[in-house]
Amino acid sequence: MTARVGVVTFPGTLDDRDTQRAVRAAGAEAVPLWHRDKDLHQVDAVVLPGGFSYGDYLRAGAISRFSPVMETVLEQARAGMPVLGICNGFQVLTETHLLPGAMLRNNHLHFLCRDQKLRVENAATAWTADYAPGQEISIPLKNIDGRYVADERTLDMLEAEGRVAFRYATAGPAADGYGNPNGSLRDIAGITNEAGNVVGLMPHPEHAVEPLIGTGRTDGLGFFTSILKKLVGA
Amino acid sequence: MARVVVDVMLKPEILDPQGQAVQRALPRLGFEGIADVRQGKRFELEVEGPVDEAALARIHEMAGTFLANTVIEDFTVRVDEAVRAES
Repeated sequence: MTARVGVVTFPGTLDDRDTQRAVRAAGAEAVPLWHRDKDLHQVDAVVLPGGFSYGDYLRAGAISRFSPVMETVLEQARAGMPVLGICNGFQVLTETHLLPGAMLRNNHLHFLCRDQKLRVENAATAWTADYAPGQEISIPLKNIDGRYVADERTLDMLEAEGRVAFRYATAGPAADGYGNPNGSLRDIAGITNEAGNVVGLMPHPEHAVEPLIGTGRTDGLGFFTSILKKLVGA
Repeated sequence: MARVVVDVMLKPEILDPQGQAVQRALPRLGFEGIADVRQGKRFELEVEGPVDEAALARIHEMAGTFLANTVIEDFTVRVDEAVRAES
């Protein structure tokens, strides 16, 4: 028996199909979940994929956060079910306050799409166990509201508790995907909750799981193999 | 029908690059002397029934949980007296 990983589709979600492919590439079963359906159909984990749910009206993720499916996702996440939010999914998770802080317009005001170098800071979460602490990975980044902000006290707490999961790697030239791409405070690209079951990040691991596509790197696959190992002990 | 206005602004410590872009464009257009611009949102709510304390309390709750994200934004709630007088 393999793990069942749910992938939520909101109106305006773009990356649900790629996320389902990534789940299957890791060897798990992908279960499509619909925003109006409270039932999670016995999934073992949930991914909130990227896109522009509800057109990003009001604030990115603000309206999706109140959709029926999120009621159950929130309840289950608090009970320990692994949840990964990618890009718009990360914005939804900050709007629910499952993860602290918020995402704002990039400091340069442009939509940015590039392969981004990240450093794995916490390799002990449900979604990062297949990486090594300090490992550098390269996965696509594509957003306009990607600037992570939180107050100083929250940032200090995240750092002290090891809850910065990913940072934008800055030790190289921009042409190679290094550097803080949007003004995120303390170069934060992704964070985790206290228990390590909920992770959110702006870049897109689901777009980097097959050697034939994109840069040919499969650096994103580890998210999905991590969760599979955790769930089935493979 | 009475109108209640909710203004939402980024907190002062939060960088507002959209406001900065507007501010930088002003001299080019011949508008001098504007030192800073910050951009916010305004919601106009047409309220059914009386705008009493209970209604305002509900609107405060709505603003704090939905219209504004209080992690990054402040909001104010006020009754538009001009609209109230007309009706």
